[in-house]
Amino acid sequence: MSNEYDVLIIGGGPAGLAAGLYAGRSMLKTKLFEKELIGGQASITDIIENYPGFPEGITGFELAEKMREQAQKFDVELDMNEVTSADLSGPLKKVTTPDGEYTAKAIIIASGVRPTKLDVPGAAALTGRGISYCATCDGPFFRDKRVMVIGGGNSAVEEAIYLTKFASKVTIVHRRDQLRAEKIVQDRAFKNEKVDFLLDSVLSGVSGENSVSAVTVKNVKTGEEKEVGVEGIFVFVGNIPNTELFTGALDMDEAGYVITDDALMASIPGVFAAGDVRKNNLKQVVWAAAEGALAAVSAEKFIETQE
Amino acid sequence: MGENVVEVSEQTWDAEIIGSDKPVLVDFWAQWCAPCRIVAPVIEELAGEFSEKIKFAKLNVDDSPRIAGQFQVMSIPTFILFEKGEAKRRFMGAMPKERFVDELSEWLG
Repeated sequence: MSNEYDVLIIGGGPAGLAAGLYAGRSMLKTKLFEKELIGGQASITDIIENYPGFPEGITGFELAEKMREQAQKFDVELDMNEVTSADLSGPLKKVTTPDGEYTAKAIIIASGVRPTKLDVPGAAALTGRGISYCATCDGPFFRDKRVMVIGGGNSAVEEAIYLTKFASKVTIVHRRDQLRAEKIVQDRAFKNEKVDFLLDSVLSGVSGENSVSAVTVKNVKTGEEKEVGVEGIFVFVGNIPNTELFTGALDMDEAGYVITDDALMASIPGVFAAGDVRKNNLKQVVWAAAEGALAAVSAEKFIETQE
Repeated sequence: MGENVVEVSEQTWDAEIIGSDKPVLVDFWAQWCAPCRIVAPVIEELAGEFSEKIKFAKLNVDDSPRIAGQFQVMSIPTFILFEKGEAKRRFMGAMPKERFVDELSEWLG
C-alpha cells in the first residue's frame, strides 16, 4: 500500500474528524492519526447540549462515534498510532509513526490539548487513587463520598454538576473570587444543593495512605490554610496544547498554541491547524468542527495551487 | 467481546489471577467509561499477539467492586500486571499499542 496521501490529519477529535469528513468528501486521499481517544476530549464529556442538531443533547461519546462514522463513510483512513515525528520543511510533508512513514501535500494539525496536571505535594502518587481528570470515567467510584473539583471554568463547573449524581457533596475550589464558567452553567451549580464553593482558594497539598483522604486548601488572599477531608479530587485547571512535535518548526504563541492566518494556514505553507490546538480557539465542539472544515477546504485549495 | 481476553470476576479472581502460572495483565473497566471502550480493541490485539508471555484479563468494576476497592482502583481504565499473585506494575488511561508494549517490556522481552 502506498504511503503517499493528499492530506494527513494529526488528531481525531472533532476538528480532525470534521477535517477528515471534508477532505474525504472532496475526494482527497486522507489519513487521520489518533493516539488515544477518537473524539478527543469531547468523547469523555457527559452531555453536550450546545452542538446544533441535537436538541435533547448528546453524550460526547455518541457524538464522537457519529463523527467517526461519517468521516469513514468518505474513505478517511483512521490510524490508531502515535505520530512520533513530523518533517514539515519540504513540499511533501512527512509524518512518522511506529508503523511507518507517510507523506502528504498538506497536513492538518488537530492534535488538541491535554489537561494540566495537579502540581502539589502528594499529587503524583495519588493520581488514579482519588485524583482524576475524567468525571465520566471515574465519577461512579465516588458514590456517597465527598469530592472536590478544582477549577472555575466550564469544564470544572459542568463536571461538578455531573458528579452530584454520585457524590454526597461536591466542593468547587477556584483561585479567583468568581467562577469563569458560562452563566447558565454557574446558575445550575448555585442551585444544586450538593455543590458548595471555596473561592479565592487553591489546593496546596494532598494526603492519603493508599488513596486520597484529605487535602490542604489555601486561601490566596489571607494565606490561611485548612485541611478538608475528601476522597476524590477532579482537576480541571486548564490545558496544554499538544504541539511539542512542532516546536521550533511552526510559529506559536508563548503557551504553545499554533498561530495561523484566516484560512488556518500555519507559518509553513501547506500546514494547517484546527481546533483547540490553534490560538484563539473557543474550545467548543461546534467551533472545532467548523475549523476542521475550513482547514480541509483551505488544504484542498492549497493542493490545487501546487498542481 | 474477543476471545483472547479472559473476563474475570470476584468469583474467579483467585483461580484466574492469583493462581495463574503466567503473568496476568488485568484491565479494570466499566461500560460507562468511554476510554475503556476505546482501548478494548487494543487490549484484544495485544492479547492476540503476546498471549504466550502474558495472560490478558478484564474485570468489570461494577460487577466486582470489592476487587477494584482492594487495589484502590479509582480511575479507569487502570491496568495492573500481576505476577505470582503480586501487583508488579500499574498504569492507566487509553494509550496506543506501542505504549502498552513499552509498559510491559519487562515481561515481553
